[in-house]
Amino acid sequence: MRIAYFAWVRERMGVPEEIVALPADVATVGDLVGWLAARDARGAGAFAEPYRIRAALGGTMVGSEALIGDADEVALFPPVTGG
Amino acid sequence: MIRVAVESAAIDVAAALAAHDAGGHGASASFIGRVRGEGGLVELFLDHHPVLTEKGLEDLAAQAGARWRLGALTLIHRVGAMAPGDTIVLVLASSAHRAEALAACEFLIDRLKTDVMLWKRETFADGRSAWVEQRESDQDRAGRWG
Repeated sequence: MRIAYFAWVRERMGVPEEIVALPADVATVGDLVGWLAARDARGAGAFAEPYRIRAALGGTMVGSEALIGDADEVALFPPVTGG
Repeated sequence: MIRVAVESAAIDVAAALAAHDAGGHGASASFIGRVRGEGGLVELFLDHHPVLTEKGLEDLAAQAGARWRLGALTLIHRVGAMAPGDTIVLVLASSAHRAEALAACEFLIDRLKTDVMLWKRETFADGRSAWVEQRESDQDRAGRWG
């Protein structure tokens, strides 16, 4: 599965996206954020405050409880600031 | 006619308005958002998603089309690096009467700030650079529309 990062999440992760094989116990977006935060120093820097993270699954904004299922892409990013 | 676009080049407001008005409408409301050069700002950069940002604009346009009787709708958002004075966003909404055109325009600009994958980063003359935080007032305004 591909994880795409945006804005300061991308800067802190150091890459715009990565392909990962998810551990079996990562079922939801919240699980994924927790797993990334624990995985390494970059993840800890980007995801230390999970309440500041928003997500989209297959093009739809979702909450942290959303099941990742067989989605091709999970996007992780800060609250949006367009307009 | 609905036209939605995400553009990295300068938004040509006159050309967009001419295309939008081609059908003729009783009332057209417009909003033009521009980069403010306050506090020594030299660059505004807008990060976006290559696919989902445009999809977000399309979803908003469809929602506006379902809520109001619109003859035409144009929604163009710029991305990438911009300078003070540059147009960031153009919203044009037309209907037979002013109330629906104005309401649709306001709805779109409010929801743009909370529903579409866009992120602003400000760079200042002294070299400081920071990502803009979402404002509670923006969420409140977007929430009014239910």
